[in-house]
Amino acid sequence: MKVRLPNVPKPADLAPYDTTLLAEIYRRMFLIRQFEQKVNELFLKGIMPGTIHLSLGQEATTVGACLALEPDDVITLTHRGHGQALAKGVTPQSLMAELFGKVTGCCMGKGGSLHVGDIAVGALPAIAIVGASSPIAAGMAFAFKRHHSGQVALNFFGEGAANKGDWHEALNLAAIWKLPVIFLCENNLYGVSTHITEVMAIDYVAERASAYGMPGETIYGNDPIPVYEAVSRAAARARRGEGPSLIECLTYRRGGHKRDDPGTYRPQEEVEAWFQTDPIPAFRQRLLEDARFDETHISAIEADVMQLLDESVEFALSSDDPPVALALEHVYA
Amino acid sequence: MHSPAVERDTTRDLTIVQALREAIREEMRRDNDVFVMGEDIRIGGSFLFTLGLLDDFGPDRVLNTPISEAGFVGLAIGAAIQGMRPVVDFQYGDFLFTAFDQIVQQCTKLRYMSGGQVKIPLVFQMPTGASGRGAQHANNMESFFFHIPGIKIVTPATPYDAKGLFKSAIRDDNPVLFCVHKHLYGSKGRKLVESSVSRTHVPEEEYLIPLGVADVKRAGTDVTVVANSLMLHRAVNVAEALSEEGISVEVIDPRTLVPLDIDPIIESVKKTSRLVIVEESNLRGGWGAEVAALVAEHALGYLDAPVRRVAAPDVPIPFAPVLETAVIPDEARIRAAIVELLGG
Repeated sequence: MKVRLPNVPKPADLAPYDTTLLAEIYRRMFLIRQFEQKVNELFLKGIMPGTIHLSLGQEATTVGACLALEPDDVITLTHRGHGQALAKGVTPQSLMAELFGKVTGCCMGKGGSLHVGDIAVGALPAIAIVGASSPIAAGMAFAFKRHHSGQVALNFFGEGAANKGDWHEALNLAAIWKLPVIFLCENNLYGVSTHITEVMAIDYVAERASAYGMPGETIYGNDPIPVYEAVSRAAARARRGEGPSLIECLTYRRGGHKRDDPGTYRPQEEVEAWFQTDPIPAFRQRLLEDARFDETHISAIEADVMQLLDESVEFALSSDDPPVALALEHVYA
Repeated sequence: MHSPAVERDTTRDLTIVQALREAIREEMRRDNDVFVMGEDIRIGGSFLFTLGLLDDFGPDRVLNTPISEAGFVGLAIGAAIQGMRPVVDFQYGDFLFTAFDQIVQQCTKLRYMSGGQVKIPLVFQMPTGASGRGAQHANNMESFFFHIPGIKIVTPATPYDAKGLFKSAIRDDNPVLFCVHKHLYGSKGRKLVESSVSRTHVPEEEYLIPLGVADVKRAGTDVTVVANSLMLHRAVNVAEALSEEGISVEVIDPRTLVPLDIDPIIESVKKTSRLVIVEESNLRGGWGAEVAALVAEHALGYLDAPVRRVAAPDVPIPFAPVLETAVIPDEARIRAAIVELLGG
């Protein structure tokens, strides 16, 4: 394998963006970071059941992408879906309750960490089989197009999915039928422990877009602004009826694949370089450098998030388990 | 002299493919969200189910797909989640295996694991069964999917049933596998297995047949035969022949395997005390095993003889006509099982 170091571009100019959007970007990124750290803590304490795939480090990509969408646009989520869910607007209360398997969870406790989502906010409960969500996202886009609804579907996937047949079939179908779908790759360089250079003979996933006749671009994914801009362009294109786009966001997991994986297969040089690109302190610093924000403003956002998080844990822990009869429901409509 | 008064009007005696063509047209006219996609369907598909559909409904609702079964099944799932009612036409049921994850892990589970947030109304129309094409175009898909919660399975045997069940399948809010034996479509130029119920009267006026209701195709008192799809016709032919020998066979078609309407089968067994199950699937783990188990659980005391299953042996389907014929249950095997059960 080759070490892939981050290539950090000059930060995008914040001036064109209003403070409401910038504050919301920061709030959601900070919420995801704190949520995931809390989940990790609860998990290590042995309180939380199941298995957990944390999205620490990938907050800028998920938030930048989701905030570029309209509320009634729909995303598909991956097995690493907590951040995607929060970014699209799933409440931390219902998400935390779901992770605890409580009846108040977004899936009534029947999905768990691997299947979080709330279709009411445009987050189709997560599909945890790599690559399988891509054709489903294309299908939702198919319905949007037929219904002339103006909605867009955004398919989150990792770079590992780009080696699955379902993914290739989905891109081809979306391209031939010009479907309003955005294929958004969170390229964190690793499928579990396997480095991208071991499993792909090209440098970037986005190169594959041309094979299907759609635009593809690779961007730095640890800054929410370029992600926001790329998704905004792709969504506008989709709404104009010009079809799908592939956007590859380069990012990095701050931990292993899942709870019991320390990620020691990653070269130290790569880990250290990427950890220095941590999107949250970087974006915080840039807000502070913007005359429209100050420490008081940002601290208030952070305090609100911490309170919301405490409430979410309290909500989850005090919620009821699902009634056992629920195991037999929702098999058929 | 021939009396016209007793001559039955045969103008509406259709084949299954004719009945299905009517059903899909009626449903597409009724509901704009119904559309059909599949390989080569604009020229009619492999058994001409979609013949002429493009002319009637246009390219937006009759879509030729690439050879991408996982892709277009996943696409149909997504479209269904967003309110459409896709009918996915498979050239051969066997090709479902290339979309197995999409069907088993996505289609049947997204509703369940989301706590009921979505519903997936989606019909898979497919030719199944052995028909001289060798092992990879011969599977009876119903038994593979019979084990899986979250999907319904329809295996019509007659044109009347096919039309009514297909319309119900399209209106159902769940995924439905609609399995039609290749020898039953009756598409032009293709072999149609003949029995007294292979061309049935299909009324002009609309009707639906609910999923999950078995049908007694022939009443009898000596032995109960449960058979579906192609095997139903063979069972009916055997029953008709045996009646001339004084043996009264009751033939029941479950019509849908999921939901399985077991009550009429149990009631019949209580009457006849003997049960033969005929299926084209491989014997091991076929749907017939479930019927046998249910009868054992609910009516064992009524049985005067062990339940007999007539099925394909546990081998892939061979090509040579003589071998295929040897593997697939034929009328001689069905007859032998019945006669043996009756102590003949």
